[in-house]
Amino acid sequence: MTTSRPFTLGAVAYDPKVVTIWEGFKDWFASHGFGFDFVLYSSYEAQTEAHVAGHVDVTWDSPLAWVRTRRLAEGLGRQARAVAMRDTDQDLTSVVLVRSNSHITEVSQLAGGMVGTGAIDSPQATLLPLAHLAGLGLDPGTSVSVRRSDIMVTKHGDHVGGEREAVRALIDGTVDAACVIDGNQLLFAKEGTIPTGAVRVLSRTAPYDHCTMTVLDGVDAGVVDRFVELLLSMSFDDPTVRPLLELEGLREWRPGRTQGYDQLEAAVDRLGFYGPDGSITVDGYPP
Amino acid sequence: VTREQPTVELDMLGLDGGAHVLIKLALADLDSGEMVRVRGSHPELAHDLATWCRQQGHRWHSADTHPGGIVGSVERGTAAGARWVGAQRAGRSATGQPGAVAATAPAAWGLAARGAAIEPGGPEPDFRLDHRDELWTDRAPTLYAQAVAAQWNPDTAIDWNVAIENDAVVEDAVVQVMTFLIENEEAALVVPARFLGQIHPHFREIQQVLAITIADEARHIDVFTRRATITGHELALSTVGGRASLQTLIDEPDYPTATFLLSVMGEGTFVSPLSFLERHAPDPLSRRIAHLTRNDEARHVAFSLAHLERHIQLEPRLRSRLARAVERRHHELQSSAGLNEEVFDALVLLAAGDATPAAIHTGWQHVQTLQRDMAEAREARLTRLGFTSMEAETLSSLHTRNFM
Repeated sequence: MTTSRPFTLGAVAYDPKVVTIWEGFKDWFASHGFGFDFVLYSSYEAQTEAHVAGHVDVTWDSPLAWVRTRRLAEGLGRQARAVAMRDTDQDLTSVVLVRSNSHITEVSQLAGGMVGTGAIDSPQATLLPLAHLAGLGLDPGTSVSVRRSDIMVTKHGDHVGGEREAVRALIDGTVDAACVIDGNQLLFAKEGTIPTGAVRVLSRTAPYDHCTMTVLDGVDAGVVDRFVELLLSMSFDDPTVRPLLELEGLREWRPGRTQGYDQLEAAVDRLGFYGPDGSITVDGYPP
Repeated sequence: VTREQPTVELDMLGLDGGAHVLIKLALADLDSGEMVRVRGSHPELAHDLATWCRQQGHRWHSADTHPGGIVGSVERGTAAGARWVGAQRAGRSATGQPGAVAATAPAAWGLAARGAAIEPGGPEPDFRLDHRDELWTDRAPTLYAQAVAAQWNPDTAIDWNVAIENDAVVEDAVVQVMTFLIENEEAALVVPARFLGQIHPHFREIQQVLAITIADEARHIDVFTRRATITGHELALSTVGGRASLQTLIDEPDYPTATFLLSVMGEGTFVSPLSFLERHAPDPLSRRIAHLTRNDEARHVAFSLAHLERHIQLEPRLRSRLARAVERRHHELQSSAGLNEEVFDALVLLAAGDATPAAIHTGWQHVQTLQRDMAEAREARLTRLGFTSMEAETLSSLHTRNFM
């Protein structure tokens, strides 16, 4: 970083609240003497490309954006680092749900059926669970049909709408199974989209990690360290920052880690979403 | 001291059916780091608890599972009680408790109930009337309770089928008086309504009294309208002078001054014409309506006097501010028509009962008495607020001859 711009974060505007969150964090950083600004992108693909091009210093990445950034960077002989993540992003699982009264009790019985997923680029509701089913012998598109809910494509499934649509299709009988992240399963039960006792977990993925703060080599390490130190110091007890943490959906920031992305790396390869160099290889994406 | 680890028994209840409520209840008694055991038989319980704990900032410790057995333990996280950290209590709910009603209600308390613990942060709505001493009276809870108990339903409290056999000219006079009463009641509705939204919710008993006052006035407008039109008439004349006089009440931006002009100078005066109608109206329907509305108006006056009396005790200079407001209003209205002749003559006819010289003479005498009663009652209210009898007489004489 050679210019005098403040430390600049890239984030994807998947919801209007994103502006509230980052304006709030910007003020909070300023009150702690740390110059910070942010740029919003309308897609993760644009954000990853801008990151590699050096337009921003850190990106608030979906797990899929992490995978692409890592691949793009390594293709250029550079290194990506996951520096911080939310407590709520560690050790998540995705579930394949069926109706409680369904005859399907084994994954193999889904063969010839229809599974509802999130958007084409949703790691949690499409890529991970479809790769999980493929690993159990059910190849999506051949042994099982896929009905995707392509809501807000290029936002990597950040918007809950795709998963909600998949679950509604399950409840109304349009599909035989639906893929959602575990937290949204609880959310859909709470809001009534899933009536109590109406669905059963047919299968569950291994645990994986979700979003991350990604930094590429070449950014001033002292500034990055200070940024991470400040993030980790944000306390849920602090009323000035608590509303922002709540909007962003966490109780505390934790140091980044990458072992939770192995499963997604494998899913991306199995389903041919990105090439090893980070190029987009899946058909019909971005739309 | 080691406490025995509590256990939550969930049976078949899962996180898709509200199980978290029972777990939260058990965690509420614990400190961060303490654990509660969970036992249940819902097939997804362990997985769902892991997810729920992650979302809530608790830690999940899985144990060996067997049907109906202990599934694991939830360790209370530090974030669970964060909302209470630094939470400040917004006074006390019951007015009798020490410190119940704050001298100034902070904007950050916003819409929170008085007595609630306020999580720090959040919006700071601008309630302009946030000082106790410009609003408060300890009589408010009692007056509100009385008002609630005294609410009446026009359909059952009034016999609308009673025969009305007034002479045509007398009935016209009744309609004219009702027309006048309605526009006065409109002012009595609009003035408190304008201030109601400016009062900090901390002073909820004051809000309640104003709210029920507004409801009273709405009901009065209804019954006066129904009485005026029950014999097939349309409403009568609304004069420029009457409306100009009422406009000065609506334009007054200062809460105590507006209250004073409306309730001490005006609405208090209004109690007298309603008493007059209760005694002298030519038909039982009008007399019944006057009786019911007069009782409500007397309560409105009692409330206004109570808080103005307290306010003046705490801030004696308020008295001269109020006196100046009366003079200013008198000055503003000097160029308008003055005596509301239509209403005055209608009152004479109405009290006369028929259009004969002897009856008119009697009606005239009754209206003369009414005017004296109004002035005396107004002076008595002013004296109660601490004005000398000479000041009271002067101010009373400056009062608009529109009655209100």
